[in-house]
Amino acid sequence: MNKNTKVALSTICIILFMAFVYFGDMWIRPGSSMKMLITVIEKGSIYALVAVSMNLLNGFTGLFSLGQAGFMLIGAYTYAIFTIPAASHDSVYQYFNGGVIKWSIVEILEGKLGIVGHYLGMFIPILLAGLVVALIGFLIGIPVLRLKSDYLAIATLGFAEIIRAFFQWNTLGPVTNGSNVLRKYTTYKNAIFPVLVAGISIAILLLLINSTYGRAFRAIRDDEIAAEAMGVNLFRHKEMSFVISSFFAGISGALLAMFQTTISATPFTTVMTYEILLIVVIGGIGSVTGSILGAFLFTAASEWWLRGLDSGRWLGISSDLMRPGFRKVVFAILIMLIVLFYSRGIMGDKEFSWEGFIAWWKRLPETIRTWPKRRKAARAAKKDARDAKSAARAREKQGKQESADKKLSGEALFTPLPMADHVIVFDKEGK
Amino acid sequence: MGLLHTWFPYILAGIAVGGQYALIAIGYTMVYGILRLINFAHGDVFMWSGLIMVYLVTVLPLWLSVILVILFAILLGTTIERVAYRPLRTAPRMSIMISAIGVSYLLQNFALYITGGLTKTYPAISWLQKTVTIGSATTKMVTLITPVLTLVLVFLLVMLIKHTKIGMAMRAVSRDFETSSLMGIDINRVITVTFVIGCGLAAVGSILYFSNYTGINPMSGAMPGLKAFVAAVFGGIGSVPGAVLGAFVIGICENLIKGAGWTTFSDAFTFVLLIVILMVKPTGLFGEKNLDKV
Repeated sequence: MNKNTKVALSTICIILFMAFVYFGDMWIRPGSSMKMLITVIEKGSIYALVAVSMNLLNGFTGLFSLGQAGFMLIGAYTYAIFTIPAASHDSVYQYFNGGVIKWSIVEILEGKLGIVGHYLGMFIPILLAGLVVALIGFLIGIPVLRLKSDYLAIATLGFAEIIRAFFQWNTLGPVTNGSNVLRKYTTYKNAIFPVLVAGISIAILLLLINSTYGRAFRAIRDDEIAAEAMGVNLFRHKEMSFVISSFFAGISGALLAMFQTTISATPFTTVMTYEILLIVVIGGIGSVTGSILGAFLFTAASEWWLRGLDSGRWLGISSDLMRPGFRKVVFAILIMLIVLFYSRGIMGDKEFSWEGFIAWWKRLPETIRTWPKRRKAARAAKKDARDAKSAARAREKQGKQESADKKLSGEALFTPLPMADHVIVFDKEGK
Repeated sequence: MGLLHTWFPYILAGIAVGGQYALIAIGYTMVYGILRLINFAHGDVFMWSGLIMVYLVTVLPLWLSVILVILFAILLGTTIERVAYRPLRTAPRMSIMISAIGVSYLLQNFALYITGGLTKTYPAISWLQKTVTIGSATTKMVTLITPVLTLVLVFLLVMLIKHTKIGMAMRAVSRDFETSSLMGIDINRVITVTFVIGCGLAAVGSILYFSNYTGINPMSGAMPGLKAFVAAVFGGIGSVPGAVLGAFVIGICENLIKGAGWTTFSDAFTFVLLIVILMVKPTGLFGEKNLDKV
């Protein structure tokens, strides 16, 4: 398959997907399961972006960072603060005399440029959200990136918690509205918007990962000391990866704010970071396409497929066990199974390619046909291993019994070597 | 004297909370010392032992519930180790950490399901709740019991680590995992004992902690857990006295900050402390220096 065909195939798929999302969101009536699919794509693409940004750190640079929720929080707030229409300030900031920022970027630009200004006025706060988070990421990175693995994880987790406390602080109320929600800010009208923004961001991240910088990141992940010896500036590259990851986490935070239409600091806890991390794990650490797939599967499972588990009926099974919250339990168990038995995730560290896909498609019937046979073989191998283990245990037991018997009967446990052997060895040493 | 008069209640409360954090921190520091793993699920074991107490007290007498809660925590901890950590013993460190995060996620979600997300009231243990007055402060009995009980338990634990065979094995394993297994130490047994001690102490900690803050919900393990971990890092991870000292420092500082009217930042302070200590002395107060080898 030559390059042109592959590019054409990818373009067609992307255009079809975009068209489906755009027209789907416009035409499908709310409440149907197709509409659910659109919502899943909408939210999934936001999570895909933050998962890829986390994967850049955890999977490609080998920095185990757990600060993603905090960065999303800053992004979401930055976007919301600058796009609340002037008329709504009094009702949103009702406890803080209408807040300090009395204008909205969207309205200013819309007044000057019309509809173009409206969209520009949405893109600029999104970009601003990214830049603010990147700046904060830069500042946090300076101390934190000198730490190693688990300490880094805890320190970033700590910073995320500090950020959350900061945004709920009443003194900052005129800007952040304290612990009250921010609402009424401008959001998008069609699900295509987050998909497009997230898609472009992920494309930029992919370009970065495949550039020389990306290779330097991977060198750091595989062996820091070797990378340093090869001339990679460790701190500069780590900082770069951290700042870029923060930037895109900020953008996804802004998108999440738009998706939810109201935002408060409360849900951006460590649990949210854990969920993003688990998405990365499900997709495969070190695979961009894996993270995207993982994000869509995660959202689809938690928002759609397992919904019935909360309401008492799922796949035609009804049970008293299925109370609200049961979905999350089942979900967490599924994730644990993946972590324990399928730790490479869906894609491992490989990326999607058309050749790989076609080969997999051609192999599929064969794989399905031989599945029982392979299963049987695996079971037999397991049984053999078990038998061997129990046999070894029996032998050991017998040996212990024998030596105990010998001890009882006064027999010597070790027979001394013949004297001659010792002498020969000794002679050799002497020379 | 006037200054001490105003601050005394906060210091007293700080010592009590510090003692409760200390009991959790020991579990973190011992597990990290041996497995080099931040047991993210430890805070949730703590929360679960609180929850189980809530349910047990409704059917059983108090003394029996206390014993059963401690046994339950031990069982939960060792099961987690057996199911989620042992199969990954040879896997990269990141996988075990992810597994720990997964277990934490599962335990929290399961608690959410059981409680329906509602905050439960912890049963009142009457003699722990009794009010006592010392100087300017009126406080609950538990505030006085906690530091004493903590110090006694820590003393017993240090004796165990220093003077028994299993304690010696623990020290050997935390010094060098592979060599000690070559020397014939049963690694799995040592790890199980570590989890038994850590979770047992966390259960005792939960009884004291929730007698103080009586509300309990699925998320109430996360924050104390993280704080206890910071305490362990502060004292030098792997060191039991260090963890205890760190826990008291965090408990007291946190309450002083609350007393100064900065309640929003009392949680954040812990992490500021963590970052400062990691910058200034990454090995903690009593930790040993660890060099990377090529």
